[in-house]
Amino acid sequence: MSTTSGRRRLGRVRWWNYLLLAGTAVACLFPLYWMFIVATTDTATATEMPPEVVPGGNFFHLAGLVLETVPFVQSLLNSLAVATAIGVGHAVLCALAGFAFAKLHFPGRNALFLVVVLTMTVPTQLSVIPQYMIMSELGWVDTLQALIVPGLASAFGIFWMRQHIAVTISDELIQAAHLDGASAWQVFWRIAFPIVRPAAFVLGLFGFVSAWNDFLWPFIVLKSPERFTAQIAIKALQNSYDVDLGLAMSGSFLATVPLVALFVIVGRRMVAGILDGAFKG
Amino acid sequence: MTGTLTPARIAAPPPPPSPAGAARRLRDRLTPYGYIAPFFVLFAVFGLFPLLFTFYVALFDWNPIGDRTFIGVDNFTRMFADPRFWNAAGNTLSIWVLSTVPQLLLALLLAHVLNHARLRFALFFRMVVLVPYITSVAATAIVFAQLFDRDYGLLNWLLGLVGIDPVDFTGSTWGSHVLIATMVAWRWFGYNTLLYLASLQAISREVYEAASIDGAGEWQRFRHITVPALRPIIIFTVVTSTIGGLQIFTEPLLLSGGGGLTCGAVRQCQTLTLFLYEQGFGQFQFGYGSAIGVALFVMVVVIAAVNYVLSRRLRGEGR
Repeated sequence: MSTTSGRRRLGRVRWWNYLLLAGTAVACLFPLYWMFIVATTDTATATEMPPEVVPGGNFFHLAGLVLETVPFVQSLLNSLAVATAIGVGHAVLCALAGFAFAKLHFPGRNALFLVVVLTMTVPTQLSVIPQYMIMSELGWVDTLQALIVPGLASAFGIFWMRQHIAVTISDELIQAAHLDGASAWQVFWRIAFPIVRPAAFVLGLFGFVSAWNDFLWPFIVLKSPERFTAQIAIKALQNSYDVDLGLAMSGSFLATVPLVALFVIVGRRMVAGILDGAFKG
Repeated sequence: MTGTLTPARIAAPPPPPSPAGAARRLRDRLTPYGYIAPFFVLFAVFGLFPLLFTFYVALFDWNPIGDRTFIGVDNFTRMFADPRFWNAAGNTLSIWVLSTVPQLLLALLLAHVLNHARLRFALFFRMVVLVPYITSVAATAIVFAQLFDRDYGLLNWLLGLVGIDPVDFTGSTWGSHVLIATMVAWRWFGYNTLLYLASLQAISREVYEAASIDGAGEWQRFRHITVPALRPIIIFTVVTSTIGGLQIFTEPLLLSGGGGLTCGAVRQCQTLTLFLYEQGFGQFQFGYGSAIGVALFVMVVVIAAVNYVLSRRLRGEGR
């Protein structure tokens, strides 16, 4: 009896835990809320103290200005195209390679997988000048494929998919499929991929989010406003920062809303993906 | 022979030799390489080759039109004598330390709290810490610059209410470093919290319960169960934060409004990546820009290696 009550007492969550979490939640959400406030008022109101805490009615006016200043709808579509291509590319190509590393036996497999893992620690972002030169040689400067093609697969993605495939698909299942005369390609598409589709989906989401939010590389490669991704369009709006803060905030808001909406729908799966991902142990 | 691609061979007799069968066997042998080829091709063309080529370009006086003169290590001697380089290197290290250390400590604490078996609204809190991660750097920078503004910022207004003079976050060196570090930490702490939490969930709850019954308080459980269990993943996050943290670019670029590549009048928050961009794409000095890239690469590798060795040593002493 004393043990039971002892456990209950010790197992309780202390009040300061909730205080810490509540503070964290406010810190996470407030900047987005503030972005919304400023995006719906005007610069004068945004800089008033004490600050405005309810949204104003200026949103459509500001959004209209955003669309006049840069081709913003076009840049949202560009972002969508780039992020979707990279998300799908990640899901398929990394699953394919992960399948090979987890279930197929071939000479050099372990050495090649070690190479994949090692490339994760190579900071390739530092070599943007030669990367630009390559795009220039290919004639890809100021095109969206310059953003898409290099991001179609990643070492992390292969590592992630290999873990999932190794755990969720039994060797017996693959052998049985082979005995039934399925080719390697059929085994992958008909049997392995459907089983790991949830993991591939989450990986694709992470690819999508990072592509949507990428800045440095698009900033280097894209030149004409009609090719801008949403992030570069925000930068273009921000050049008129001193003129109208509300404009830059409206642009930021318009570029953030799609991702927040996506997160409301699939955020649970993203969290679950990190929690039972490749990091355990 | 630990089983090849076609275990069918073991059960079924080998197919009679025929041109079609040979072609199929060859295809089966090559299939795995086909599956992994896309990554290796992409990495070779857009990752490894540019990295090696950076070392080569750094030895030239090279401009975008293609004029190039071999000048050996001149770019490096020039870089080491350039106060702008040392300024950028100092800013980068300062921002990296200011963002990484508090961020990972907070993530550690939050992971411990979120791991509690009886926490209410656990899913909400786990999702909410990931919201900054899905928010773009560009949007974050604009909002934070406004919140931290010297004259019109909400934060300085609040400080004013309690009688503290306004802090010039964007104009001063320390202020801008703190502001940029805050943005970086804000964006990444939740992601790292969830990585730690994933690792914590592998520890059985009985360990915590047993410790509780033995009289260990919250702090002791954090110190003696949570932290030691997380050491491997801590090494991982320190290395990834280092690789990311040393390449900070967008936050300082957007922070200074139209100020741009120098990040303020006295380059108070110009990072090495911004300096690289300024020299390479602003001044069209691809050779000098590449030399900065090489310096940055060496820094990342050295710091990551030191981290790794240090954490291994700490781990050894802990036993």
